[in-house]
Amino acid sequence: MAENLKGNDKVFSRRIDNFFIGLERAFQFVKKFFIEVWIPPYEFKEVIRQCYRIGYNSLPLISLTGFIVGIVFTNQSRPSLSEFGATSWLPSLISIAVVRAMGPLVTALIAAGKVGSSIGAEIGSMKVTEQIDAMEVSATNPFKFLVVTRVLASTFMIPILVLYTDFVALMGAFLNVNVNEMVSISTFFVQVFDSISFLDISSSMIKSLVFGFTIGMVGCYKGYNSTKGTEGVGKAANSAVVMAMFLIFIEELLSLQITNFFRQI
Amino acid sequence: MKDSVIQIRNLSKSFGDMDVLKNVNLDLYSGENLVVLGKSGSGKSVLIKIMVGLLKQDSGSAIVLGQEVSQLNQKKLNELRLKIGFSFQASALYDSMTVRENLEFPLVRNVKNLSKADKDKLVEEVLDGVGLIQAINQMPSELSGGQRKRIGIARTLILKPDIMLYDEPTAGLDPITCMDINNLINQVNEEYKTTSIIITHDLTCAKVTGDRMAVLLDGHFGNTGKFEEVFEHAADGRVKSFYDYNFIEQ
Repeated sequence: MAENLKGNDKVFSRRIDNFFIGLERAFQFVKKFFIEVWIPPYEFKEVIRQCYRIGYNSLPLISLTGFIVGIVFTNQSRPSLSEFGATSWLPSLISIAVVRAMGPLVTALIAAGKVGSSIGAEIGSMKVTEQIDAMEVSATNPFKFLVVTRVLASTFMIPILVLYTDFVALMGAFLNVNVNEMVSISTFFVQVFDSISFLDISSSMIKSLVFGFTIGMVGCYKGYNSTKGTEGVGKAANSAVVMAMFLIFIEELLSLQITNFFRQI
Repeated sequence: MKDSVIQIRNLSKSFGDMDVLKNVNLDLYSGENLVVLGKSGSGKSVLIKIMVGLLKQDSGSAIVLGQEVSQLNQKKLNELRLKIGFSFQASALYDSMTVRENLEFPLVRNVKNLSKADKDKLVEEVLDGVGLIQAINQMPSELSGGQRKRIGIARTLILKPDIMLYDEPTAGLDPITCMDINNLINQVNEEYKTTSIIITHDLTCAKVTGDRMAVLLDGHFGNTGKFEEVFEHAADGRVKSFYDYNFIEQ
């Protein structure tokens, strides 16, 4: 019994050790990014290529999801508002919900699944097949070529995708409102823009930048540190998604507190 | 006596509790093809990875072209790496790039003021040299194992290295393709005047490409010398069984 407890203690302390070692490694990885990003040569061409991959290739999925979110949210909100005879507030309600929270969150979660996993798997398989070593021996900095470019691309592209998702979700909402309440597009969008403030837009953009950075960084970190073998590649892709989603929710919570603080000033 | 381009002195490397290299000593002389043989996991690849700074030794020294690799800063290490071609066991071609882009990759990053015409000419020249000019616009996934090896070698040759390090160049290939790769190694040695280390456990490859053999056993270099000296008259049972196993069909 006592030996069992001792064994459990050892396992527990080893886990704590590993947690802090992992934290330190992740911190060093992020620190390296902020150092390497300023040092030439700059891989502009690769950044553009990654922007295309992350941004353009995510459009179909984002469009579909954004549109459906707009329609569903409008439909679900209508009964509650109609109880108070306030269905005319639908555009305002939807615009606030979409711009402040749903647009960034839905985009980030979808990107975490699509972009995060693809970055994690790609870099992981490059590690396993010695492609990263091959870059290194050809006197190229693989961190700069693979990590810096992908993190920059995802940081730049997620806010653009969020704006696009906001637009598509609002179009979905408009379609629903137009069919049910016969509201014209101009009336709908006048109400939409009346109810959102500069703080809403700016906080949404800032948190989207943070989400993009998180998705790129987590994907690259997991891929770059994947253990040998194909199993490691799968694990890297999977844990990139799980970790990115977890961090996105925490960041959403923090950003809510910060934005509320500014709203009260 | 020719100049020594690589000097390994009392080099040791371990991973956890496992001592892979134990006080290893080795010299590579200018213009020669040295074959390093040994069982899987005997530390052959570790040795050449230390030579290009991909791994760091625990003790001892690896002096390449007069410079201690572990003491170099990143800039100096990169300058040294440009003089060394490293052909990886699994070719390590960049999956997301075409053959042309694979070959251009080290070129555009390391050779300044290169016009597009010069770049194209160099790429085509090297590809022609390995007999795969027709694959220039193909993706690595469309190539066979032997073709990938050739492209991998071509990519290292594009910077015209002084030293070539081949990590298991014939691993996983059929005997005919193995022979093609062996001939290519000899052709590279002649045309580019390189000094080479060939890591293998394929004795046919060793016999065809090597001027000198070095057998890595239990973390040490046991026997070194010409093929016949090392294998055909081997006193060490482990070396002899290595030879018997490889040539059992003959």
